[in-house]
Amino acid sequence: MIAIIDYKAGNLASVSNALDRLMAGYIITNRPDNLDNADAVIFPGVGHAGSAMKDLKQNGLDVWLKQTTKPVLGICLGMQLFFETTTEGKTDTLGVIPGRLEKFDSSKGKVPHMGWNTVSIRKKHPLMAGIAPGTHFYHVHSYFAPVTGHTIAESAYSAPFTAAAAYKNYVGVQFHPEKSGSAGEQLLRNFLNMVYGGTRTTMA
Amino acid sequence: MLAKRIIPCLDIKNGRTVKGVNFEGLVDAGDPVELAGRYSEEGADELVFLDITATNEKRKTLVPLVRDIARQLRIPFTVGGGIGSVDEIAALLQVGADKVSLNSSIVRDPELITRAADRFGSQCIVAAVDAKRNGDSWNVYINAGQKDTGLDALEWCREVADRGAGEILLTSMDRDGTKSGFDNELLSRISDAVPIPLIASGGAGTIEHCIDAVTVGHSDAVLAASIFHFREIEIADLKQAMHDAGIPVRL
Repeated sequence: MIAIIDYKAGNLASVSNALDRLMAGYIITNRPDNLDNADAVIFPGVGHAGSAMKDLKQNGLDVWLKQTTKPVLGICLGMQLFFETTTEGKTDTLGVIPGRLEKFDSSKGKVPHMGWNTVSIRKKHPLMAGIAPGTHFYHVHSYFAPVTGHTIAESAYSAPFTAAAAYKNYVGVQFHPEKSGSAGEQLLRNFLNMVYGGTRTTMA
Repeated sequence: MLAKRIIPCLDIKNGRTVKGVNFEGLVDAGDPVELAGRYSEEGADELVFLDITATNEKRKTLVPLVRDIARQLRIPFTVGGGIGSVDEIAALLQVGADKVSLNSSIVRDPELITRAADRFGSQCIVAAVDAKRNGDSWNVYINAGQKDTGLDALEWCREVADRGAGEILLTSMDRDGTKSGFDNELLSRISDAVPIPLIASGGAGTIEHCIDAVTVGHSDAVLAASIFHFREIEIADLKQAMHDAGIPVRL
């Protein structure tokens, strides 16, 4: 069972619909005890880091996320919150992946970075299995994680940025796989395969 | 590289897709969920659903429809048409809309942009602006193009960006339905002046028009309705031609 973390900054319908299409079993929850019973966690998110962290803290989800050893997939803001302190509202983020978030320079290109951008693989990783170099994924964001040793795929707008990262049990994608057509579906299937093993494409 | 987007627009009335020119002679064009799926398979980058249902019953059909679309569609979509409150936005986002487009309501109540962006994030707030030439500038019209607000389109677009809109959907009323090409002067003037992405609308008739909207009009995305509905232009052919013209697209 996959747990989708339910908090105010989540775009939950998109993620749960994508898991439905993959016939993966899931629960949507904001309770740490439910997360304890899950095989893996998907941590979606859109909007402001500050209000998202506040909401996570109210339910003790920040502590759970920092301590867990279960596979966690962060999407968009979810991935960003894995990184270190952002300047957006001077929030302390989770900081489970080294690297500091930055904001796109609006003098060098429109902000938010919105639309389909190509992603290049930097490091072989099961999350990106079967995804061709230069595949387009759908992005919407104003902040980004710079490219570091934990970057497994990168993209570039007015600056190069981490499109996908992996560190310990945490994997994250800056783009929205649940909105990125068949390539996005492949990535979500890859995550399920990382959790359940093998190349199963469905799980109850 | 970030791709320029092709966005088919579907008009929705009482839960069905309708086709017509300038809201006249509307004919039923089938199930929006099926048509959306077809566009997505053919390479559309995003979709816009514009609810033109005039009755008070519209929300009863729109919310379940959006839920059905979201279950099927694997690309982002925007819902617009008479949305006037944070609660309505919340209801549409909750069932899976990625963005909402706001038009007349934000002219009447500009604070709505701020409230909606604060609550849901700028990424899901599209400001739809209907502009009509007035000498050397353009005025903003509301109520489906019926009413001249007297607002200057450039000033208004700057304001919606300042207030937190994530994107502007700019329609030239002079060109809308004419198939004579986009108003590239309007598009470039606004695209160059606002810091958020711009979707071009109104006037698409040929592949060249869509290319010009990007190269001359400096648009980030191109929206069209009838050329796709009536299959005058296939999305795949359009994207290939844009690619051949040196425009980054998702093929």
